[in-house]
Amino acid sequence: MTCLHLLLTLVFAVSLGTPVEIQRPRGVPLTKKQFYEESKPFTCLDGSRTIPFDRVNDDYCDCKDGSDEPGTAACPNGSFHCTNAGYRPMFIPSSRINDGICDCCDTTDEYNSGAKCENTCKELGRKEREVLQKMAEITKEGFLLKQQLIEEAKKGREEKQGKVTDMQENKKQLEEKVEALRTVKEAAEQPEKEAKERHLKAWEGECSCKSIRLEKDKAKMAEAFLELDDNSDGFVSVSELQSHAELDPDADGTLTETEVQGLMGGAAQVDTSTFESVWTNIKDKYHSESQPEEPAPVETPPDEVKEPAVDNDSEPYPEDDISEEDDEDEDDEDDYHEDDDKVRVNIEKELSFDFGPDAEFTYMYSQCYELSTSEYIYRLCPFNRALWGREKNRPENNKYLVMKYEHGTGCWQGPNRSTTVKLTCGKETVVTSTSEPSRCEYLMEFTTPAVCQEPANTEPSPHGHEEL
Amino acid sequence: MAASCDSLLPLVLLLCLSAQAVDRSNFKTCDQSAFCKRQRELKPGQSPYRALLDTLELSNSRLSLQLINDNNKVRLLLELYRLQGNMTRVKINELKPLKPRYEVPDVLLSHPITEALSVVAQDENSLVVSLGGKDQRLILSAQPFRLDIVEGSQVLMSLNSRGLLAFEHLRTRKDTKSESEQATGQENVEQQTDEDGQIKEDDDKPGMWEETFKSHTDSKPNGPTSISLDFSLPGVEHVYGIPEHADTLKLKNTDGSDPYRLYNLDVFQYELHNPMALYGAVPVLISHSTDRTMGIFWLNAAETWVDISSNTAGKVRVISSEAPQTDVRWMSESGIIDVFIMLGPKPADVFTQYASLTGTQSFPPLSALAYHQCRWNYNDQEDVKTVDQGFDEHDIPYDFIWLDIEHADGKRYFTWDPSKFPQPKEMLQGLMDKRRKLVAIVDPHIKVDSGYKIHNEIRSKNFYVKNKDGGDYEGWCWPGNAGYPDFTNPEMRTWWASQFAYDQYEGSMENQYIWNDMNEPSVFNGPEVTMHKDALHGVWEHRDVHNLYGLYVQKATADGLIQRSEGVQRPFVLTRAFFAGSQRYGAVWTGDNAAEWGHLKISIPMCLSLGLVGISFCGADVGGFFKHPSAELLVRWYQAGAYQPFFRAHAHIDTPRREPWLFGPENTALIREAIRQRYALLPYWYQLFYNAHRTGQPVMRPLWVEYPDDFATFSIEDEYLIGKDLLVHPVTDEGATGVTAYLPGKGEVWYDVHTFQKHDGDQSLYIPVTMSSIPVFQRGGSIICRKDRVRRSSSCMENDPYTLYVALGSQGSAEGELYIDDFHTFSFEEAKQFVHRRLSFSANTLSSRNLAPDSQFSTASWIEKIVIFGGSQPSSATLKSADGTESALEFEFDSTLAVLTLRKPGVNAAADWTIVLR
Repeated sequence: MTCLHLLLTLVFAVSLGTPVEIQRPRGVPLTKKQFYEESKPFTCLDGSRTIPFDRVNDDYCDCKDGSDEPGTAACPNGSFHCTNAGYRPMFIPSSRINDGICDCCDTTDEYNSGAKCENTCKELGRKEREVLQKMAEITKEGFLLKQQLIEEAKKGREEKQGKVTDMQENKKQLEEKVEALRTVKEAAEQPEKEAKERHLKAWEGECSCKSIRLEKDKAKMAEAFLELDDNSDGFVSVSELQSHAELDPDADGTLTETEVQGLMGGAAQVDTSTFESVWTNIKDKYHSESQPEEPAPVETPPDEVKEPAVDNDSEPYPEDDISEEDDEDEDDEDDYHEDDDKVRVNIEKELSFDFGPDAEFTYMYSQCYELSTSEYIYRLCPFNRALWGREKNRPENNKYLVMKYEHGTGCWQGPNRSTTVKLTCGKETVVTSTSEPSRCEYLMEFTTPAVCQEPANTEPSPHGHEEL
Repeated sequence: MAASCDSLLPLVLLLCLSAQAVDRSNFKTCDQSAFCKRQRELKPGQSPYRALLDTLELSNSRLSLQLINDNNKVRLLLELYRLQGNMTRVKINELKPLKPRYEVPDVLLSHPITEALSVVAQDENSLVVSLGGKDQRLILSAQPFRLDIVEGSQVLMSLNSRGLLAFEHLRTRKDTKSESEQATGQENVEQQTDEDGQIKEDDDKPGMWEETFKSHTDSKPNGPTSISLDFSLPGVEHVYGIPEHADTLKLKNTDGSDPYRLYNLDVFQYELHNPMALYGAVPVLISHSTDRTMGIFWLNAAETWVDISSNTAGKVRVISSEAPQTDVRWMSESGIIDVFIMLGPKPADVFTQYASLTGTQSFPPLSALAYHQCRWNYNDQEDVKTVDQGFDEHDIPYDFIWLDIEHADGKRYFTWDPSKFPQPKEMLQGLMDKRRKLVAIVDPHIKVDSGYKIHNEIRSKNFYVKNKDGGDYEGWCWPGNAGYPDFTNPEMRTWWASQFAYDQYEGSMENQYIWNDMNEPSVFNGPEVTMHKDALHGVWEHRDVHNLYGLYVQKATADGLIQRSEGVQRPFVLTRAFFAGSQRYGAVWTGDNAAEWGHLKISIPMCLSLGLVGISFCGADVGGFFKHPSAELLVRWYQAGAYQPFFRAHAHIDTPRREPWLFGPENTALIREAIRQRYALLPYWYQLFYNAHRTGQPVMRPLWVEYPDDFATFSIEDEYLIGKDLLVHPVTDEGATGVTAYLPGKGEVWYDVHTFQKHDGDQSLYIPVTMSSIPVFQRGGSIICRKDRVRRSSSCMENDPYTLYVALGSQGSAEGELYIDDFHTFSFEEAKQFVHRRLSFSANTLSSRNLAPDSQFSTASWIEKIVIFGGSQPSSATLKSADGTESALEFEFDSTLAVLTLRKPGVNAAADWTIVLR
């Protein structure tokens, strides 16, 4: 019979490396030793009953909480403690005692199964220490690199802000110069302006009962309609919409007529009343709805190179005020300062990103990182289309450890592509792995010094090694 | 795995783009199947067939005579056999066919053993043959031809009583009229001369010599060859069987709808509750009434349709003057009429009779009865490792992880994708270290690729199925252009089996098993997504052998697994397509279902139907293959699946991941508990499969099988029995707060296995349920052995002790069995190495007695606990061991529930012992 092999004494090596012989039933951790006194009847740790001590570890479950069988598999909910001298102690479910599989590195879980286990604790302990040491080195170096990145980012930011200020000043002067010209022109365009105002009022009247959020949206919709209605005929046509390259649904760089028709629900032109449905299709792209400090939600993941790479410069994700200026500029003004404006807009956009608490992610802006696998080349362009992951359960300070790319192009019979990028501390900025755990849901692992934490002051002493 | 969609082939894309549910237009209705239409146009009436009594020949066990069709003078040969075990075989073929007609080989175990027949009476229009035992006789009427099987004065079954025997004889095509007239509507008229020199005329009907469905034309070089016969079952209102259909357990009346179709097909997103054909076919129908259970086994592998007509269909059962009757009509496209009539009289007798013809369920290794984790696809070795660890991290047991088609190198089966699975042995060894196993898919379509060894060998050995013009048949499937090995060829099967040898199948190891999918066979660009009927298997057309193809694939694969272990290890092979006899080769599953409550529900009647016709090892994809299940549906499906024979979760590649721990801790705990219940009951499942293997009795049974006199059980399909001792009523409704279970058996009692509460039989019982509830009852009068120490795989539990659950019946007694062997080899059969014990409780004495004295096996397992329901408190419990020693057992008694627990008898599970309560 198998049940008679369970004896109580074991020799343990405990902390400080001094071997001390302590008697306790098999599978009991040192911290609970006092509950198992050989001379006394045993009371289940939940207090539910008291049994003679010879029923502890007798391979029959007497206690509901499993506490009478710490060293056998008799109780369904019990747990077994292995000391694992040289490595870390752990608890395993009782069901893994004598199941023929070596779970404890000190082999104590397989005392009667015939499994040939070797004590691997020293080896594991050594390996773990090596890993920890390596990690500590990486963290240390990575953290130094991070400080440099922060410094560089600070400088770069100041420079760019200065540049923007200059350019704004410059622009102001230019605008003053054209003011006279504009006054003349506006007089000529008075009737059109009145029409615009009429439209705007109509929109606003309609939504007076709605929430402020909706009103805002409607107002934006109305503005957009007016902006789009280039020839002011009260209709937005396909060609008028087509001039907005940022609306390209498949992000292939060109907005074809077919695509525009798709956005317009097949109509050749829409008036103010039917524009609403078109607006639903385009508003995310047309008017950036992003929260402050975040880039816009994005349409494609940073995935295979076989998908055309997105050109950063051709598709800015302008803030509201910028887009308005852009549009007004289009028809009413001469081109002479447009290039400057574009540069300025891009800089402003860059400045608007959340590059981390100390701007340590700035250096990734407009960079792409590639990983080649046998099937695909994966390219990650961090601030092109990323959102910081803000997983609900995570504390705020961990926000910068995950990037999310959502609402990518649809998969056939599958979801829209999405990618989660996990950031870990490393000396180099590289994509270390990619996988597709579910269809069209990608997972990337990405190392960067920017997430390296300040190493602890004391020399690394691994946690939970009291019994090493 | 998947049906014909999601392929990268544009062709398939076209087929399937719009399909949310089955695209019915891809599959024929009876009207679109020329022979079915022709046959169904025949209406009941006077049969043109006449028996020529003067041609009677009678040998000891065989009676034969000729039938003549008075319309066309074609003669048929009727053969009658009386078979051992209360069966009658009726064969009808052409007397002198132009060439041989196909007779299904390899399905019957051997030539059935015949018994003596004798003619007991004869007059000018009839013949009475004694069938022996119980006054059973067969009455043959000459004109019109008809057979009646009677017992005493009661007619049990009549053949051709409605005159629907129809046998399309082989004929030569009128060459002079062939081409042009066929093209213009096939109005040609055929003339034939019969032996008597009389001339008859048969009008050709559309589709006799050529048939087009969608873009596919069937060339039909043999012309019309279909056959049909009707059976009348007086007194019968309930018929079952003829799987596979996603339909109710009790077969429906098919008047006014299509007949049930038997034609193995890869049906993309099949619909529920209709008679369309699915992946497998078992042409066996079981009839049942309170008086008698019988079976009809129609041994024909061609496309077959079954019409069912009942005079009580749709009527409320009231006392009426009209006796109930069910009429059944079988129609097949080719071959001969070869039918086995199983006369029961009890359900168990019919199962025994059918098993004596086609064999019993193969006895699976224990681990195959445990939990299987599958997905299309586990992406790579790392993924397999992570999922494996996930089970340990969440303390959920599992035995098998499965790899679908993506594991192979470009869908070249027997190979591994070099980048995703570069070290398959390393992966398999990792699983073996955890005492777990793996299943890899091997489908029967072979990529046409001169760089692929398997293809080259099959081609060079000339083992491929041929097209009608004699070239290798090619069709589209997962790998693109593919050939289909001719599994009907025994040499081909031998070669196929040899490919599973460890030195042939690189990277394979002994803990790798096999799964045959797409073996209907599925041909994406073929007619009805299968093979052209005029393709050739040697001299036979695919038309003749179609429903047999999948059986052969599984047979050859299972043989391969046996041979690779030199005959030592039991194989485990799962198949999607099947036929009568497939039970001998492994497990089947119900194919590509969907994550819908209706699909969860239908899994019960689908597996019950299969169990009735011999295939006990049945399961449905837990969670549903297509679509994404809600957490509630997934949990309910695990709870139901844990109590079905084959327990595997599976998912389509386009669905989000759904390993058991991905739905939050509460659902993880619920799923863990369901799987743990399965593991604890593995000894009972194992014993039932041993029993099924030995006797042919189904493992999962409709209630009526055990309660044949209780009319209330005849249509129940939302609950069932496992063996005869566990009644399961899974929760299959969204948001359910209770189920109503019918507990059968007047005077019997049932015990809720979770609460130990006792309920009387012969009542409908409302049971409130929560998300953790799986309503299961143990029959009073039974003893069930469990292993309550659930570990991470069944192999880890092999030596663990047993707990006996003794549920006392109303007479205070109970009985059960315990079966133990090495759990994975053939030693139980070849060396009688097993333990089989009878456990019985009566007169306050529980004892274990050897049921197989000539067997021997030693086990480390012992009896750790005995739980007795429904007894009273004893003053003492004494254990008497085989050596005569006596010891007192400690016990506890819960007086509110009347549950007595005997502490640690400690006796070896193989030993004789007795426990006396006083």
